Amino acid sequence: MSDARGGHIREINGPILRIHLPGGRNGEQVRIGGLDIVGEIIALEGDDAVVQAYESTEGLRPGEVIEGLGHPLTVELGPGLLQGIFDGVQRPLDEIAKQTGDNIPRGLRIDSLDRSREWPFVPRDGLEPGSRIGPGARLGSVQETETIEHHILVPPTVRGDLIDLVPAGRYRLDKTIAQVRNAKGDVHKLKLFHRWPVRVPRPYGQRDHGVEPLITGQRILDTFFPLLKGGKGAVPGPFGAGKTMVQQQVARWSNADIVIYVGCGERGNELVDVLESFPKLKDPHSGRGMMERTLLVANTSNMPVVAREASIYVGMTMAEYFRDQGYDVVMLADSTSRWAEALREVAGRLGHMPVEEGYPAYLGSRLAAVYERAGRVETLDGARGSVTLIGAVSPPGGDFSEPVTSHTKEIIGTFWALSKELADARHYPSVDWVDSFSQDVPVAAGWWAQQISGAWSKRRTEALSLLARDAELSRIVNLVGPEALSPAQRWELEGAALIKEAVLQQSALDDADSYCSPNKQFELLELVMQVFDRGKELIALGAPVQELAEHPVMARIRRAKSTWRSDEIDQLAEFAGEVYEALAGLQSEYASSQETAS
Amino acid sequence: MSNVEYRRAYAAQGGLLIVKGVEKVAFGDRVRIRDHRGRKRNGQVILAAEQEVLIQVFEGTDDLDLDNTWVRFLDQPLSLTVSPGLLGRVFNGIGEARDGRPPIVDGEARGISGSAINPAARNYPREFIQTGISTIDGLNSLVRGQKLPIFSASGLPHNRLAAQIVRQARLPGEASNFAIVFAAMGVSYTDARFFRESFSDSGVLGNVVMFINHADDPPVERLALPRVALTAAEYLAFDLDRHVLVVMTDMTHYAEALREVATAKGDVPARKGYPGYLYSDLAEIYERSGRIRNRHGSVTMVPVVSMPSDDITHPIPDLTGYITEGQIVLSRELNNQGVYPPVDIAPSLSRLMKDGIGKDDTRDDHPRVANQLYALYAKAQESRNLASIIGAEELSARDQRYLEFAKDFDAHFVGQGEDENRSIIETLNLAWQLLSRFPREALTRVSELDLAHYHRSGEKAA
Repeated sequence: MSDARGGHIREINGPILRIHLPGGRNGEQVRIGGLDIVGEIIALEGDDAVVQAYESTEGLRPGEVIEGLGHPLTVELGPGLLQGIFDGVQRPLDEIAKQTGDNIPRGLRIDSLDRSREWPFVPRDGLEPGSRIGPGARLGSVQETETIEHHILVPPTVRGDLIDLVPAGRYRLDKTIAQVRNAKGDVHKLKLFHRWPVRVPRPYGQRDHGVEPLITGQRILDTFFPLLKGGKGAVPGPFGAGKTMVQQQVARWSNADIVIYVGCGERGNELVDVLESFPKLKDPHSGRGMMERTLLVANTSNMPVVAREASIYVGMTMAEYFRDQGYDVVMLADSTSRWAEALREVAGRLGHMPVEEGYPAYLGSRLAAVYERAGRVETLDGARGSVTLIGAVSPPGGDFSEPVTSHTKEIIGTFWALSKELADARHYPSVDWVDSFSQDVPVAAGWWAQQISGAWSKRRTEALSLLARDAELSRIVNLVGPEALSPAQRWELEGAALIKEAVLQQSALDDADSYCSPNKQFELLELVMQVFDRGKELIALGAPVQELAEHPVMARIRRAKSTWRSDEIDQLAEFAGEVYEALAGLQSEYASSQETAS
Repeated sequence: MSNVEYRRAYAAQGGLLIVKGVEKVAFGDRVRIRDHRGRKRNGQVILAAEQEVLIQVFEGTDDLDLDNTWVRFLDQPLSLTVSPGLLGRVFNGIGEARDGRPPIVDGEARGISGSAINPAARNYPREFIQTGISTIDGLNSLVRGQKLPIFSASGLPHNRLAAQIVRQARLPGEASNFAIVFAAMGVSYTDARFFRESFSDSGVLGNVVMFINHADDPPVERLALPRVALTAAEYLAFDLDRHVLVVMTDMTHYAEALREVATAKGDVPARKGYPGYLYSDLAEIYERSGRIRNRHGSVTMVPVVSMPSDDITHPIPDLTGYITEGQIVLSRELNNQGVYPPVDIAPSLSRLMKDGIGKDDTRDDHPRVANQLYALYAKAQESRNLASIIGAEELSARDQRYLEFAKDFDAHFVGQGEDENRSIIETLNLAWQLLSRFPREALTRVSELDLAHYHRSGEKAA
């Protein structure tokens, strides 16, 4: 803080201020006025600067003092992040609630991470004084939650000889645990945490390619539009289509090590829902409490808009920090549209020339820069870690051609398009199989073939083409009525309906169905496709479509997903056997009647 | 400084006044203006610079002249004086009494912009409110602390529906204990009178605070009105432990006033001339609803949003839908068929329904019944479309059944009397009457247990 300098306010226009501050730097943090609120310099003009304030500016007056802090917006990275809920500039909301009550006061000075708590630190074996250590090297670890071992890393800017390292024991965050002398002879005192500027991507060794899909337990996502660990996905949808539900389901059930949920300009109650429901849930992969691997960043829609712009970077920096420890991290950003709108609001107040729908010309490049921070990497320490970024997009009027959706579409690899029509019919998740796409299918197919079944790829393609046929045939029906269709075509409609109801629809609220293991996913798909194939043969033998469609097993197939849980795969297989038997019975009936007829 | 009156108006237009040569005025400060006839107006500083301030004048800038305008900065934010005496009173958009009774003085002045509720201090809303209206209770349940707007359009009975909700809302099995905050922006005298009479007929007038800005009152005042009203609501809920139901009508008039001022200020427009901050601005209002841990009361909001030209993708309903926890959408088509309340269930939604219904709250089968009705109604819409192409006579037996179902559903489930107050059990039983006309195999969204309990097979509904 030795760089701190003084200045004063010239003008206040909502969250944007003009200040006089000689020697200010773009990105520098400032403390503003007697209220002591926080802001960031975003433009310079001679000795004047433009500042965006993270808190409400009501009550500030021209002439009040400004203190330039000499550093950009940083976050604290260390034990205590997990299970936390932070605001858009990483202030701990639960601690704030304890200290100041129900509302968030302005000008609060509060540490992001709890300094009073002691953490059990275990140094890494074989690290001796004199060892050469470099950026990203592990000094040791802290068992932060039962599932997550928090690795304490040498900050990316430090390299040199280890002078000393504390023995195993319980330490507070600001206790020096190691000293490192660099080539110039300066000594760095390393602690359990370090700071990092949020707008600078954390360095890594090199980029690596994705190798396995993120398993979310959601059939339409995993089976039809997979996303790799380290991939980039987007969930666009009009209001009420279920974006938040999709995001929450991914946060709940995906097989990531760490989940970072950034509520960016969204509803307060949604975050409360996560806060209240996650501790009661078990991670199906580790069997541990879901909250142990989760951290939340909350800039709700009524919080100051500028902190909303920062919240995505704050979340991303924390995600990269866990990636650097060798973890697979999923970051959910709900919603990137609100982030883009914050950008637009500030641009508007600065008088930047609007291009499309009021957005500034740099919208596309800013979006791309955020998404590019996702990926699977080899860390500085040689480990492998990944950040998967899934951004919700809230297109105005549900129009996917609007700027944020269309720019996002150019950047991402997996697109889960939500449809109003499906949501209105309460077909959830309302992921539209026509508009959605995934560029990750080839890699995912390798994984499914190896882990689950060699038939995955074939069955997936068959199901998608049957759904495409369904769309085509439905158009004909809507023109000339169902009578124009042949029995085989009508069976295709029934088959598609079966895929939709028995496979694609999945209830987040049903205990048995909310999470669906890859095995169960494939088992259900295989069952439905088998039924379709066998039905096709039966119809060729002259069985009426109506009889097949109203056969009692069909209702049971539709209920199968919620009848058996993921760990009751044997019962599901047994049920499939019964279905095949029933159909085989029908088949021999029709085959013999056909023989008699001929 | 609050004692100094400046006579340095430099420009006045579109509800905005620029004063030059004043120093160190606080952003957001409350302003008292005296015009050439000595009448007083109220304003708020919306831009404060070293030598100049921009003031938004709630009574508008008509009939001001620059030489004879005196401006006084009050050195305090806009505020409302709160006390238990608010109940039963009528105020204007900036909290001045408009019922001819003396102003409230013996209370605490609270800033109207409020500060954000810490999400970590919130309680998740999960207590079912019975409104007595089947389409809401059965299919889009309202819970305490929710914000659930009515999306309507000109000529539709949104006011009657809002009034019916106010009359009937209660927790199942409890007597009504809601305090009501009624915020009216740009409403006609007829509509305002309708609400007043409705409150008075049901004997709740003593539990209502009204904030009224008529259609011919200055539009700028509408910008302060919902904030003033919510300051009252928060006081009643979180200081006096009341459960508060806030009815706001019509938020579209609010947004239009915002656009008017934004345009005058020269803000960059986003869609349809509305400023880019419309979302954040609306969110500041709607997010003031909710429940707070360790506080007994709650703020539940039922705003009315009229969709210009019936267009749900218009920026106002669109952005509202992204902020609120669902929406109840009224349909002109149903209204024309004489169905009251004309709730179109397909686009209607309650996001907080899932945790407020079911075994411990309403009845075990409730979530699945709602789901099943929606699925059947969606199929019925397909059959309706088909019927309009090939004629109802050509439909298969299955499609015919859907059509019949949809007809009865609209007439008997959606449709109900304006004074008909159905309990949630009555609503669910009515649903099963409609479901029972389908064979059990067709009802795959309800459980086999539900079917055994409630399905009346063999009994063909008329």
